Amino acid sequence: MAEHIARHSPLGGFAARFAAATRGSGGAVRLAELPYPAQINVRLDPKGPAADAVRLALGIALPVEPNTAVRGGGLAALWLGPDEWLVVGPAGTAGDLESRLRGAVGAYHAAVTDVSAQRSTLLVSGPRSRDLLSHGIALDLHPRSFGAGRCAQTMLARAQVILTARDERGPGFWVLVRSSFAGYLAQWLLDASSEYTAPGYAAQGCSASQ
Amino acid sequence: MLLIPCPWCGPRDEAEFGYGGQAHVPYPEDPTALTDEEWARYLFFRNNPKGPHPERWCHAAGCRRWFNAVRNTATNEILAVYRVGEPRPVIV
Amino acid sequence: MTPQPFRLPDGGRISRGAPLAFRFDGVAYQGYRGDTLASALLAAGVHQTSTSVRLGRPRGIFTAGVEEPNAIVQIEAPFPEPMLPATTVELYDGLVAGGLPGQGRLATEPDPARYDARYAHCDVLVVGAGPAGLAAAAAAARTGARVILADDQPEPGGSLLGTAEIPDWAAETGSELDAASEARVLRRTMVFGYYDDNYLLAAERRTNHLGSQAPSRLSRERIWHIRARQVVLATGAHERSVAFAGNDRPGVMLAAAARTYVNRYAVAPGRRAVVFTTGDSAYCAALDLAAAGVDVAAVVDARPEPGGAAERAARAGIEVLAGHAVTGTSGEPRVASVAVRALCAAELTGPAREFAADLLLVSGGWNPVAHLFSQAGGQLRYDAGLGAFVPDGCRQAVRVAGAARGVFDLPGCLADGAEAGRRAAEDAGFTAARPLPPTSAAGSAERSAPSAHLWVVPGPDGFGTHFVDLQRDVTVADLARATGAGLRSVEHLKRYTTAGTAHDQGKTSGVLTSGVIAQLLGVEVAELGTTTFRPPYTPVSFAALAGRNRGVLHDPVRVTALHDWHLAHGARFENVGQWHRPWYYPRDGEDMAAAVARECRAAREGVAFMDASTLGKIDVQGPDAGDFLDRLYTNMISTLRVGMIRYGVMCRADGMVFDDGTVIRLAEDRFLLTTTTGNAAAVLDWMEEWLQTEWPDLRAHCTSVTEQWATVALVGPRSREVLAGLAPQLAVDACSFPFMAWRETAVAGIPARVCRISFSGELAYEINVLPWYATALWEALYEAGRPLGITPYGTETMHVLRAEKGYPIVGQDTDGTVTPQDLGMGWVVSKKKRDFIGKRSHLRADTGRADRKQLVALLPQDDVLLPEGAQLVAGDRLADPPVPMLGHITSSYRSVALGRTFALALVRSGRERVGERLYVPVGEELIPVTVTGPVLYDPEGARRDG
Repeated sequence: MAEHIARHSPLGGFAARFAAATRGSGGAVRLAELPYPAQINVRLDPKGPAADAVRLALGIALPVEPNTAVRGGGLAALWLGPDEWLVVGPAGTAGDLESRLRGAVGAYHAAVTDVSAQRSTLLVSGPRSRDLLSHGIALDLHPRSFGAGRCAQTMLARAQVILTARDERGPGFWVLVRSSFAGYLAQWLLDASSEYTAPGYAAQGCSASQ
Repeated sequence: MLLIPCPWCGPRDEAEFGYGGQAHVPYPEDPTALTDEEWARYLFFRNNPKGPHPERWCHAAGCRRWFNAVRNTATNEILAVYRVGEPRPVIV
Repeated sequence: MTPQPFRLPDGGRISRGAPLAFRFDGVAYQGYRGDTLASALLAAGVHQTSTSVRLGRPRGIFTAGVEEPNAIVQIEAPFPEPMLPATTVELYDGLVAGGLPGQGRLATEPDPARYDARYAHCDVLVVGAGPAGLAAAAAAARTGARVILADDQPEPGGSLLGTAEIPDWAAETGSELDAASEARVLRRTMVFGYYDDNYLLAAERRTNHLGSQAPSRLSRERIWHIRARQVVLATGAHERSVAFAGNDRPGVMLAAAARTYVNRYAVAPGRRAVVFTTGDSAYCAALDLAAAGVDVAAVVDARPEPGGAAERAARAGIEVLAGHAVTGTSGEPRVASVAVRALCAAELTGPAREFAADLLLVSGGWNPVAHLFSQAGGQLRYDAGLGAFVPDGCRQAVRVAGAARGVFDLPGCLADGAEAGRRAAEDAGFTAARPLPPTSAAGSAERSAPSAHLWVVPGPDGFGTHFVDLQRDVTVADLARATGAGLRSVEHLKRYTTAGTAHDQGKTSGVLTSGVIAQLLGVEVAELGTTTFRPPYTPVSFAALAGRNRGVLHDPVRVTALHDWHLAHGARFENVGQWHRPWYYPRDGEDMAAAVARECRAAREGVAFMDASTLGKIDVQGPDAGDFLDRLYTNMISTLRVGMIRYGVMCRADGMVFDDGTVIRLAEDRFLLTTTTGNAAAVLDWMEEWLQTEWPDLRAHCTSVTEQWATVALVGPRSREVLAGLAPQLAVDACSFPFMAWRETAVAGIPARVCRISFSGELAYEINVLPWYATALWEALYEAGRPLGITPYGTETMHVLRAEKGYPIVGQDTDGTVTPQDLGMGWVVSKKKRDFIGKRSHLRADTGRADRKQLVALLPQDDVLLPEGAQLVAGDRLADPPVPMLGHITSSYRSVALGRTFALALVRSGRERVGERLYVPVGEELIPVTVTGPVLYDPEGARRDG
């Protein structure tokens, strides 16, 4: 492949600003790009044999409950629609993952498409990450409504995103956004995070303290 | 901002949806068999009732599924949603 | 610095240790933290704040809240903001403001402050933190429900803040809610809109009250988007006035407002007061003012038998004139004396009395604040006992509690609020686990008398100064003129007289207007109804509504993986949908025309390259994919061989061109489509719509891969040399790699799909790689092509090149009324297919008309560059209007290859007119043009293979 060729992730240029915002908030919000994860779009009939074949090949089932994600074996399968999923794996494994999926579905009717570069992945975490995202996401992000294992396609500010709650303890989300919108969204998140990097904002009696 | 219950994703803000006009207007089996007037009726004519109206909606910013909804055009209440291919529910 | 002559020596909810300096209309004053601008002005003895909008009459502070019709001010510093009621502006140090005669001025400089938005969800939203709202929020929060309590004041308490004794539990309940993990108290937050499905908008003033001390990193205002499962409206009530002569003079004030100024702000709004009332509540004001040292000359009560409150006032030494009314005021500009006469069966009787007074308090009754309830779709009902409209039924999950539904006593409000909060939580699925909050507050054993309903006090000299709407200067005489002109509907009267249409939306005047109209027409108020309440309840600044969506974040800017390179190389950009695309790359000293000419020359004579990554790309897989695409495109797709590419056009069912692009067959059951840049999402939606709703049996799936691939167009007679040098494994000769074929290979070591597609007529390639490697590919091309003078080009050059070949751009040369046949592209419409979307419409009589507008090229005389959008006419002199139009210009350029200007146009019967002379009106001139076929450059297609 092209290992020796210089590559650039869509948000590579934002790394220093993400780090500064994270530092400035004292860790209340953490922003980072997860570059180059493998992402394979899978479309098939969840009741048909292709779904079973995928489960055997990946070791995890494609979730049938809407707006949920299933994780295991270093992979995550995100529900995008009743016949559509996004399978996410470690960086550099897209070719292998695509082959495994294509091999598994074999002659069954299914669509397997490498979309690793289609979306950029942002990590938004920290104790105030829910607050930060609530400036631009209309969904209820309360842990009772959007806890671990939940994912959703929705709007964040004016960009469509796939939002998924991390499994780890503490609030944290992955935000997947079409790469052409990634710069816009990064700027938006940085601007919104200024709220949480303001010194002493809690002492002003503003609602931000709640 | 309506709260539209996507049959797959549950209630979401209206802003996530695209509107597809009157439901149950199937593409004619054989368009060439239609007169110009019949074809024009398929293309251009839709009901405009005050009250319950079956409509097509697409959860465009979410699961991208098309579905049908019966909406009261006078009050904006969504009286029922159902998936493509399911029969129109009886609204009492 | 002027002293505060009307500041009371003690009391009030102000911080006397925090004096604040401010200026109003050029004069320096002092107030305290906790003041509003209005209370600080009153403390200084300033009643009049401006003159009225239409009549120029002096006007003063009339209320103590958002309902203020008169005291509208413009803030000049620290940041300009127009049209704020002085009664809602919290005082801060350094405030500079001035009074406005009904109209403000927009700031001329940009507002540097931040504004933002926040979404919130709750089980129970309580609007208003008065007694009923606090009780409701506490009752709901104690069930474990998620509760939001929003109130426009800095502290909870509502109407109690204006009373002498505010119980501790108000602050305690606020603290309890602050501490509750699932409750949120939004202070300084005005819920201004109630929309479908319990979606409410609220504006929070976060740092306005900090003045220049406001931290710049915090938003000044925030719009809350609240989705509530249940809503409790505890929005209280507004006092209203009575129409009598001279009821607009500064010094005339609503009674409860005066009470608030005394108790909350420790300000005496005057030295000597007359109180004019139709009910009991004004006696509290009279007694509180008297206790604060204001000389209360008399209480003028319209009721013949006022009841216990009057007795209490009399015991306090206040003269009560039962069955009397105020008939007029005098004084310039402020009230100096008040005229009173007995009132019997709506007639004035007996002798007139004059009271010297600088303050006239008026209480004409209370209007429940039903605006939000009405916005929610709720019905209002006229309660003849209350003399006001009260909430009735509503289809949304909303309750109204306390004064907002006509409950005016404190114990009643507490009980009503607690009940509403508890039931709202229950309806949201929660049950009270803990005992309900105590709702017992000391009730009064006093004998209360029902209020009188007095709208208008007669004469003495007509009704020209009987003001109903102070802000719009609408009088009883104006309303009488309107009813005399035959208007009957309250909606029509509102529009005719403008009553209720001002900045304050008639908060204090609406019901009074209805009452006066009812009296004029001799009907019941209930029959008239009210006008419609629409959001926003109070004005909201555009900046707050825009929030973060301004400046660079105004609209998402989409960029390709090569954007940084374009920036670094001086590209000028143009917006294509949300994309920023390089438009042209000027070199030192070049204008756009020179840069485009140079770029065009490179593409036609040497080699040039362009970032084409913005093209939409859709991957279609499945055994029925070919069949599916046959139904979508006008031409045949299923016959395309693997390894080859076909151009295709899609129409809507009405037969009009919707999009065009190329189709690549990747495998027997897999295709890759490109769409126009602006239509990518629409085409994918279109495909999904047909698959899901009409053809669910087709085994085909669509997946967007627009950003999965970066695409570089390599164009020009020498493009083959550049590609050959970078793709050694690729046989590039025209035989091995023919036009409309694609190959997979490595270009500059990067895995790539290379397509032989041309949008310029020249030998050309489109090289697709993962966007992560786009910069590496681009720089390799730039390096390899340097000896050949490779030139980056932008969208303008691309447009010129394609127009020279007569290739239309969907959305520029088409507008949704153009068929493929109109474009002269009948060749792309299959005659063999049984059906495709649009086919039937192509058989309609209208689409077959010979005089449809058709795409042609125009050659203007004298090398004029015609404006796009210009019209075409037949003769060299304009006919009399309406001038018959023959069509319009869709594209217009200057061509290096042709050595002249040219244009594309949609012209009626255009193809029949080839060779004809037409005219283009430009300014005062008619420019002659010659109609030709659309392909002007290389019509035989000789250059395609290099």
